[in-house]
Amino acid sequence: MSVHALRKSASSSFVFVGIGLPIEASAPAYQSHGTEGSHLTNITNTKKAFPVLAVNYEHVRKPFEIALWILLALLMKLGFHLIPRLSAVVPESCLLIVVGLLVGGLIKVIGEEPPVLDSQLFFLCLLPPIILDAGYFLPIRPFTENVGTILVFAVIGTLWNAFFMGGLLYALCQIESVGLSGVDLLACLLFGSIVSAVDPVAVLAVFEEIHINELVHILVFGESLLNDAVTVVLYNLFEEFSKVGTVTVLDVFLGVVCFFVVSLGGVLVGAIYGFLAAFTSRFTSHTRVIEPLFVFLYSYMAYLSSEMFHLSGIMALIACGVVMRPYVEANISHKSYTTIKYFLKMWSSVSETLIFIFLGVSTVAGPHAWNWTFVITTVILCLVSRVLGVIGLTFIINKFRIVKLTKKDQFIVAYGGLRGAIAFSLGYLLSNSHQMRNLFLTAIITVIFFTVFVQGMTIRPLVELLAVKKKKESKPSINEEIHTEFLDHLLTGVEGVCGHYGHYHWKEKLNRFNKTYVKRWLIAGENFKEPELIAFYRKMELKQAIMMVESGQLPSVLPSTISMQNIQPRAIPRVSKKREEEIRRILRANLQNNKQKMRSRSYSRHTLFDADEEDDVSEVRLRKTKMEMERRMSHYLTVPANRESPRPGVRRVRFESDNQVFSADSFPTVHFEQPSPPSTPDAVSLEEEVPKRPSLKADIEGPRGNASDNHQGELDYQRLARCLSDPGPNKDKEDDDPFMSC
Amino acid sequence: MGSTNSTLSKIPNVEELMQETGFTPAHIVRLYDRFEALDKEKTGHLRPQDFGAINRLAMNPIGDRIIGAFFSPGQETVDFHSFVRILAHFRPADKKRPKDPSMPEPVNSRTSKLKFAFQLYDQDKDGKISRAELLQVLRSMLEMQVTEEQLESIADRTIQEADLDKDDAISFEEFRKSLEKVNIDHKMSIRFLR
Repeated sequence: MSVHALRKSASSSFVFVGIGLPIEASAPAYQSHGTEGSHLTNITNTKKAFPVLAVNYEHVRKPFEIALWILLALLMKLGFHLIPRLSAVVPESCLLIVVGLLVGGLIKVIGEEPPVLDSQLFFLCLLPPIILDAGYFLPIRPFTENVGTILVFAVIGTLWNAFFMGGLLYALCQIESVGLSGVDLLACLLFGSIVSAVDPVAVLAVFEEIHINELVHILVFGESLLNDAVTVVLYNLFEEFSKVGTVTVLDVFLGVVCFFVVSLGGVLVGAIYGFLAAFTSRFTSHTRVIEPLFVFLYSYMAYLSSEMFHLSGIMALIACGVVMRPYVEANISHKSYTTIKYFLKMWSSVSETLIFIFLGVSTVAGPHAWNWTFVITTVILCLVSRVLGVIGLTFIINKFRIVKLTKKDQFIVAYGGLRGAIAFSLGYLLSNSHQMRNLFLTAIITVIFFTVFVQGMTIRPLVELLAVKKKKESKPSINEEIHTEFLDHLLTGVEGVCGHYGHYHWKEKLNRFNKTYVKRWLIAGENFKEPELIAFYRKMELKQAIMMVESGQLPSVLPSTISMQNIQPRAIPRVSKKREEEIRRILRANLQNNKQKMRSRSYSRHTLFDADEEDDVSEVRLRKTKMEMERRMSHYLTVPANRESPRPGVRRVRFESDNQVFSADSFPTVHFEQPSPPSTPDAVSLEEEVPKRPSLKADIEGPRGNASDNHQGELDYQRLARCLSDPGPNKDKEDDDPFMSC
Repeated sequence: MGSTNSTLSKIPNVEELMQETGFTPAHIVRLYDRFEALDKEKTGHLRPQDFGAINRLAMNPIGDRIIGAFFSPGQETVDFHSFVRILAHFRPADKKRPKDPSMPEPVNSRTSKLKFAFQLYDQDKDGKISRAELLQVLRSMLEMQVTEEQLESIADRTIQEADLDKDDAISFEEFRKSLEKVNIDHKMSIRFLR
């Protein structure tokens, strides 16, 4: 049936929007007897040539345009990074807005109506991925350490901004010369509430590139996320009231109650969905492929559900991501983790790009009403109120903080308060009954442009100029983990001695509760008993072992698998006799449990891995080529089956060539432990199965200490190395085994 | 503040104590009340059993070490002064402290805090955390959930990561270096002792 519909519409002419090339498609002159709506019966009469090629744009119009927009956006993004100097000076958000302006201008010139950033589209499609990305990868420790400060800035700061700006603008409008005497207080307050909120999208876009220290980053970023509740309440409040016209004390009181409902309700909804997602992930061990979907869908549902009740969708998303992350990551496979990370980064990147471009286009499109005084005053007041707010609040907050905020920190927090697309969309949502709508929109756009362009561009040189502390890259360190946990216990104990029920006491209680009750329900298999320290350690060792095998330094995998075998939790059964089965199981078990404490500073939009991981990878490649050469010249070394070394001896393996690449401190070492016969019978049987081969013995203590383990032939090694370095396409069953593709 | 003054007068050498530790009179009083609450038999001294009676400390994996830290070597009891002096380590650091090299390091500076933590690891007081001591700490923190081999791997890894002078033990300097990224002033401070 659709074929005939096509043929009917083929007679009209088609215009490709944006390119401006009208294409007249010659319609197949297919005559149909009878009415327009007849379908299949008109085959017999006149026989024309079968249309080999036909054009029908209407059929694909909507998806085509969407895809075209997205493609355009991404090509622009690509283009920026190819121009060498540009991306270092100008933040991406500015460039994208400029592109949007150009595209909008182009469309207008053609004569078409440029699409405006539809609020529906924005709030339901473009914003959630960014927020989910931010929430899922939220660095929990700095966030919870500073949550008090963040809340104060988010709630009181935003309230202050809204009322200060609204009030002063109203005062301005009272002045006769401005010509805006029709604007009443509530409208001004509404405007103030829209413009006062710091925007997470803009903050993320700009702060990502300046690599500021963790404290300031989390303060501004956390504030931008948590002020959503305030914005939602104020916006709805003033919108309602400006229709009615008057405000009573009861209304104010209800507004306050509404604030708590909105914020706590949003968090609750998010947490519920988060627990659901965690619970679901417990059972996904047989259907690994759809695991990431659960994460995305539950989060999106959390967002939509809370939007349905007019609760704060952003807070719901954040709560959902934060709650589900530790449990989901304990359950899902390595590949699913990477998929989730990758997809979130991708979607949020696309969303951000589209948002900024559309901002540009909407600026060209939108109805504007320009009033110099109003707009300029708005911009100035934004800055002033932000600075005053930050300084005033910091003064109060510092009395309660252990680590005070310095002047430099305050400056960056104040200067980093960027406004963005949320303000625009909220303004756009204003119904047309507001007579000041166009003026407000113009003012909002101006503020956004000012903050993004001026503040966004100058913040980087200012950070350099003021020598603000930057983010320190650090490799995860087992020392830090152990000592931090030790200190946690110490502080809890000292609090006990003082009789003080403080911070550490409650944290300890929460941990205990989590361990005994929650983890049991939400984490699959026996893993819930595993202490975090062990998981962290195992992950470190695994990462190292993988790197070493890939770089060709480990002549065999068995030694490390044996030591990894020792690290496994006792609960995982060791069954098989076959060597491959054994290795497969070990690696699978280890890979499933390795993501808990991954210190990925993953709130970077542009990189998937840390800078140090990337360095590691490139160094691995370098060493790999080196080792390839060396390997061809060396023979494998075996330790004789009757071990001479005493049982508890731990052999340290150092690779001399590495001193040239790594510094001595940071070089990872893998320990090969000799399993003792009585304690791990399986391991011993493993050794015995492999045929003994005579090989050259090398000096283990010497600089070329290349001690390997028993009986691994070159063939096996090569096979395994190939497996490890190339996670090829897997059969569905072994989907969670990137290493066993061969 | 009448009751404060009367409590303060009960404590001998209270001026000196406040000077040394930097606590305010209000804090001293609060700590004194706590001291008296713990000292069930009103002897004016605390014994290990009194500490042991604190439930939260009993549940703590390193509770016994913390208790041990209060008692100077050889002493069986803790008097109020020692009690306060130990707790002074956990005061939040003072903002402006003139760097006067002649004055001794204040007891709540970052270095002193770290030293206190270090001494909890280093039970035999030889200035280093040996492998055995580290193993003990790990064992008590991880309770029963790990095997001996796992513990040993972790201990080896820890020492190897931190040990710069290759003496197979962690000295105070190495300890301090491994914690350089942690905000000790924040981590090792109890707010109410400000």
